[in-house]
Amino acid sequence: MCTTCGCGQGETKIDGQAVPDHGHEHTHADGTTHSHPHDHAHAYVPAHSHAPGVPQSRRVQIEQDILAKNDAYARENRAFLAGRRVFALNLVSSPGSGKTTLLVKTIEALKGRKGVAVIEGDQQTSQDAERIRATGAAAVQINTGKGCHLDAHMVGHAIQQLDPGEKSLLMIENVGNLVCPAAFDLGEAHKVVVLSVTEGEDKPIKYPDMFRAAKLMLLNKCDLLPHLEFDVDQAIAYARRVNPEIEVLRVSARSGEGMDGWLDWIESRAAAT
Amino acid sequence: MHEMSLAEGILELIEDAARREGFGRVRTVFLEIGRLSSVEPEAMAFCFDAVTRDSIAAGARLEIIAVPGTGFCLDCGRETALEAVYDPCEHCGVAPVRVTGGTEMRVRELDVE
Repeated sequence: MCTTCGCGQGETKIDGQAVPDHGHEHTHADGTTHSHPHDHAHAYVPAHSHAPGVPQSRRVQIEQDILAKNDAYARENRAFLAGRRVFALNLVSSPGSGKTTLLVKTIEALKGRKGVAVIEGDQQTSQDAERIRATGAAAVQINTGKGCHLDAHMVGHAIQQLDPGEKSLLMIENVGNLVCPAAFDLGEAHKVVVLSVTEGEDKPIKYPDMFRAAKLMLLNKCDLLPHLEFDVDQAIAYARRVNPEIEVLRVSARSGEGMDGWLDWIESRAAAT
Repeated sequence: MHEMSLAEGILELIEDAARREGFGRVRTVFLEIGRLSSVEPEAMAFCFDAVTRDSIAAGARLEIIAVPGTGFCLDCGRETALEAVYDPCEHCGVAPVRVTGGTEMRVRELDVE
């Protein structure tokens, strides 16, 4: 579904270009071409007409997930990425947790070891994609307009544009928001939630959906811990309360602390995919 | 406000069904929303009204069927009711439990004419 959070419909842009709107034909990353008929029902003419008087009502079984369309696009993305053995991570967090700096440092550390491509999601500006491109990595900026999350349809177009190489790493930096991105599968291998220690340690129980959806929690900005009252053990306990299986790594993108552990995690998970 | 996207998703399912089943108007939409899903029913109702304006489902009643949260206690091995994903087991008090139900967001059926 070509959603941009409703209120932002039609405002989604990829590298400044409008995403094709509904009712278009396009080619997806896997080479399949399809169109999205979107003839709104006010234009719909029923095949039969009712006799005048009180219209008959009837029940129609649907039994479908509301996110069925998004999930179908996510499956397409996942199949395409699997075909190229691309390992994709969906980075989610509140605004200001340090996702972009973490990405820049990750790309620099992986230079010569692994190809990295990045999809940047923000409501406005291409500043993040420019920061990534400065490292030499390929990046595509999705601007969601007023939208509060990336969806699998936009990401499919961005993947097509990026054309990631065999066995490369695809990092998707979602819109900074701990609520909405939790519900939208983009076709990634895992969601990674970044919690910076300058935030409250109770974020995992305040925004449980996101921490439940994540495979890994990165506690970022750990170099600042001596100056803060952030209780690391409590934060981890809260995260495990909503997601018993969540893995946790402490990092500081700025000082480099814990970065080796994070890079090892990427390597080992990518190998397992 | 991802409820707006979700409301658009509901409308798409309705329009697909209209093409398939040949109906011209929707009276009621029955949704199953789990208590542990990331949907706020009031926000959903508001967004649904906004999204369906000028559509086949304009003015349709939204009937939200709340599905209770359930979990499986890894400690005592019993089913337990959940109000939040991090609630402890109602039998033995141990947290966390594995969520087994209540995260659904589904269109169950439509009342159409």
